[in-house]
Amino acid sequence: MIDSAHLPVLQVVVPLVCAPLIVLVRGSRAGWAIAVAASVFFLGASIAILMEVQRAGVISYAIGSWPAPWGIEYRIDAANAFMLVLLGFVAAVVAPYAWASVRVEVPRENHYLFYALYCLALAGLGGITVTGDAFNLFVFLEISSLASYVLIALDRDRRALLAAYQYLILGTIGATFIVIGVGLLYLMTGTLNLADIATRLGDVRQSRPVLAALAFLTVGISLKAALFPLHMWLPGAYAHAPSAVSALLAATATKVSVYVLLRFYFSVFGTTTVFTAMPMGDVLLALSIVAMIVASIAAFFQSDLKRLLAYSSVAQIGYITLGVSFASATGLTGGIVHLFNHGVTKGALFMLAGTIVFRLGSTRLDRMAGLARSMPITCAGIVVGGLGLIGVPGTAGFVSKWYLVLAAIEAGAWGIAFVVVASSMIAVAYVWRFVEVAYFRAPSDETSRLKEGPAALLVPAGILLAASVYFGLVPSLTLGAASGAAEALLAGPR
Amino acid sequence: MSALGHFSYWVTIFLLVAGLFIVIARGNLVKKLIGLSIFQTSVYLLYIAPGKLIGGTAPIVGTGITVYSNPLPHVLILTAIVVGIATLALGLALVVRIRESYGSVEEDEILRAEEAALRDEAT
Repeated sequence: MIDSAHLPVLQVVVPLVCAPLIVLVRGSRAGWAIAVAASVFFLGASIAILMEVQRAGVISYAIGSWPAPWGIEYRIDAANAFMLVLLGFVAAVVAPYAWASVRVEVPRENHYLFYALYCLALAGLGGITVTGDAFNLFVFLEISSLASYVLIALDRDRRALLAAYQYLILGTIGATFIVIGVGLLYLMTGTLNLADIATRLGDVRQSRPVLAALAFLTVGISLKAALFPLHMWLPGAYAHAPSAVSALLAATATKVSVYVLLRFYFSVFGTTTVFTAMPMGDVLLALSIVAMIVASIAAFFQSDLKRLLAYSSVAQIGYITLGVSFASATGLTGGIVHLFNHGVTKGALFMLAGTIVFRLGSTRLDRMAGLARSMPITCAGIVVGGLGLIGVPGTAGFVSKWYLVLAAIEAGAWGIAFVVVASSMIAVAYVWRFVEVAYFRAPSDETSRLKEGPAALLVPAGILLAASVYFGLVPSLTLGAASGAAEALLAGPR
Repeated sequence: MSALGHFSYWVTIFLLVAGLFIVIARGNLVKKLIGLSIFQTSVYLLYIAPGKLIGGTAPIVGTGITVYSNPLPHVLILTAIVVGIATLALGLALVVRIRESYGSVEEDEILRAEEAALRDEAT
């Protein structure tokens, strides 16, 4: 039996070791099995960690027994424990799904590489989430980013190469900005441990280099999180990546970046610096509103389902940062619970889009005429997921938007509450575009010949979709974890 | 004095801006990567220069030595260099694959080929 005290590090080490193992084994079936095992282990460990955090408070793990701040510390509180569960849940569902999806979307000789990189991406994302060391965070960020560039480029479509290249350029600029920010903080404090930086900032908290670090970190992390207008890499990357990759990245990668932003804002710089000395709240608020409106409208005009979903993701990131910009308990709870709810919903939607790719070979909307007749379960699933994006009561999307509206009213900003509702109306319009094509157009020769997608794809997608409805009907579990996370963040430096 | 004293910062900022400019202004995919590398290199300098103290030695305890340079930035940047090389290698590998499938490494030509492909698909 594994000593549970070592779970924080095993969470990262297991997928990291599985990646070269898969490359050595080389078989696509064995690679898949190892990737699934690593993901399931990750999920189990993350749930154990969340329960431990809720029972005993913050977990601090010293890598190699070198005590912080000299050694690298993994520090897990309610906020990142919740992120870990989202990460584990999505990874454990997408990994089984990948088997059938990858067979049609990735050239056969690259299957084992796909699974190896899947494990690397998971290790990187997990590492970003657990680490309490600023430079370690950058290294894990690059591990997950480099893995995801390759994962995107593995698709058969040549446009995936361009999308991966574009993501590589912008992602590297973002990561370099983060290193500059971390470097400036290091110059001012002489330490890299996040908690230690927070305590040592003390008097220099509002000196110019620290404020410059805040600016660099904000821009860099926003690039990785695809916060409008730094989202240019996202639509191409999600639209052309293999569907399993789109599902994994849409549900986790941008969310982890938002978590990093929260960590720096609330646990390192502190709310007074970020929201009082610097107008970050107003900046985030303005960008969030533009994202919610403009990206939703852009989603409406897409001719490809995956691209439509990708633009919708940009809009939904806007909701999350909107919650952050209020810097209140309600707003932060709403933002964090939306992070989870949207991750689950969008993951399910990309997996269903992948089911359409499996049968139709494309996600172009004009080729989906009458698709609901031949693939009723897939299409019904997309409609349910779409209702989640809109935020219809009974779906998880409703719970988080309810909290965001509450937070807006609490802050006395009725206009913003109205914008949240208005952008949900635009979501109705873009979801309707799929409904109109799939349900109300006469089936073409192509679509009428299709069969329903295989259970190997529908069951994993169904699990995520069921979760998105379940957490809409019984929100106490996610809301409890999210408000715990919000409290932990608002408590300031740990 | 102050301007000269901050010499390493001036170089850092020059490299940073020059690198970013190349990434944005050049249409050639390989040149973009070169710009990206210059951009990343500027950060190496940002870390390493402040770690050096004038008259400081390597941090090994010895008699008569009181001033040591900080070794940690070097170690950090060693890691960053490895990451930078991995990124550059991956970027160049992508450019090779792009060249194989599009027959060009010029952004505008690739976009034109892409638009033409979209038109064919629509008709």
